[in-house]
Amino acid sequence: MNALSIRNLRKTYNNGFEALKGIDLTVEEGDFFALLGPNGAGKSTAIGIISSLVNESSGSISIFGHDLKTDRSKAKSCLGMVPQEINFNQFDTVKSIVINQAGYYGMPRKLALESAERCLKQMDLWDKRDTVSRRLSGGMKRRVMIARAMVHQPKLLILDEPTAGVDIEIRRSMWKMMQELNEQGTTIILTTHYLEEAESLCRNIAIIDQGRIVENSDMASLLSRMHIDHFVFDLAEPLSIVPVIEGYQIERIADKVLNVGVPKEMGLNQLFKQLSELNIKVISLKNKSNRLEQLFMDLIDSSSSVYKP
Amino acid sequence: MKNSIALKTIVTKEIFRFIRIWPQTLLPPAITTALYFLIFGKLIGARIGDVNGSSYMDYIVPGIILMSVISQSYANVVSSFYSTKFQRNIEELLVAPVPNWVILAGYVSGGVIRGLLVGMVVTLISLIFADIVVNNVLITLSMALLTATLFALAGFINAILAESFDDISIIPNFVLTPLSYLGGVFYSVGMLPAIWQTISKANPILYMINAFRYGLIGISDVNIELAYLITVGAILCLTFMNLLLLHKGIGIKN
Repeated sequence: MNALSIRNLRKTYNNGFEALKGIDLTVEEGDFFALLGPNGAGKSTAIGIISSLVNESSGSISIFGHDLKTDRSKAKSCLGMVPQEINFNQFDTVKSIVINQAGYYGMPRKLALESAERCLKQMDLWDKRDTVSRRLSGGMKRRVMIARAMVHQPKLLILDEPTAGVDIEIRRSMWKMMQELNEQGTTIILTTHYLEEAESLCRNIAIIDQGRIVENSDMASLLSRMHIDHFVFDLAEPLSIVPVIEGYQIERIADKVLNVGVPKEMGLNQLFKQLSELNIKVISLKNKSNRLEQLFMDLIDSSSSVYKP
Repeated sequence: MKNSIALKTIVTKEIFRFIRIWPQTLLPPAITTALYFLIFGKLIGARIGDVNGSSYMDYIVPGIILMSVISQSYANVVSSFYSTKFQRNIEELLVAPVPNWVILAGYVSGGVIRGLLVGMVVTLISLIFADIVVNNVLITLSMALLTATLFALAGFINAILAESFDDISIIPNFVLTPLSYLGGVFYSVGMLPAIWQTISKANPILYMINAFRYGLIGISDVNIELAYLITVGAILCLTFMNLLLLHKGIGIKN
């Protein structure tokens, strides 16, 4: 079953700005799906419409087979939403925020208390349950929003840039938590500007730009389109002449640093063999850039040139 | 069942909210009205004498009680719902399967409960100054309830349409307060020149105050049936308008 199905979704704001130009998107049950795009591409509008915060101009959305217009209550019951910005009452305690949300979903008080306890423990917030939320750190506030979104046990969870602005330690703990939720059966849609996050977590991906879906495929196929990997080599000795090795793109960045383009079909062994023959000693190497980031930029660039008015 | 739980959640949240900040919500009207009773009723009223066969103190008590009900039920909804919009926690309700009528009923109930609670506090204070024997309990209670409902609904519209904190103070300061004072709280419209009597009768608050006064002390400048008709009619109109605004997402959705 499809967790989410979007058909020809369009949105034109009152000022005439066309944020979505007819997008179609399908997310399968159990998926960990990345929805990426540059700022202003239309991701937040799409998520806003899915979560009933923005009125669509036309098109249809169904969540686990329930149409958001005609079967609104059931469709909404399947959805949990973690927004980009803090949107709970900062004067409420952590526990009351989560329990109230359970109440909005019609959960009886006893069940709501049990569920809130489970979610807050899962988010490592149980000790903070009676703390007024404005006193929490930024990372904790984000985890409160995740606990709140999970309290009614949604089958589909949308996380809109959940790790924006949090330190790497919290980010990694949130990645772990998202993976656990997905392993437990929750379908997750993630938007993020950290492309390594999408690459490491998500199985399928859609890239939206200028109100259109410009790419929609599984992560592995998308990344396999990268024909050349770029590496930075740190050398033991400075080079006066840049070595020329057939099939590889080599350029010198600094005296002891090379930028090397390695075609996938050629690999690194051949390169190292030839460098050794030239008596060039490599101390270390690293990926020059994130692979998905490179693809993302290529797709956005080509989308801009295609749709430029 | 789910809707009743959601409704109960909103109402409970609203009650806890205004009780938590009782020095801002419950205390000021008690002090203000005690001063009204002392200054207008006790000190000045003694020199005015009777109005329509009642002592001046007894005459102003119903108006002051209802004025508190009006201002508090309105203030509760407009400030609470606008803050919910401003802090964006309205999104908690919009994401969830809460029907619009439940959102409206929840906030309006919160406003009505605060309005009636303050009305009770003011009534208790009035007993220090006046010797009120209730003329008709049903009319007194029903008119207080209907008036609180009407102004809670009006507060909700104000909150939906407001785009800044200035917008939520304009109506209470420049419309509600003048209309309440000119609605016969401190005088009988019969004391006004003919032209002002006619103008006063276009003020809906006049009907509510007089119907409530009739319930408490048995004196009214207006027809009681007409007062009920106007109040219930206005409640129906504002309910429809609120539901329409929520349905279209005006002020709360893009």
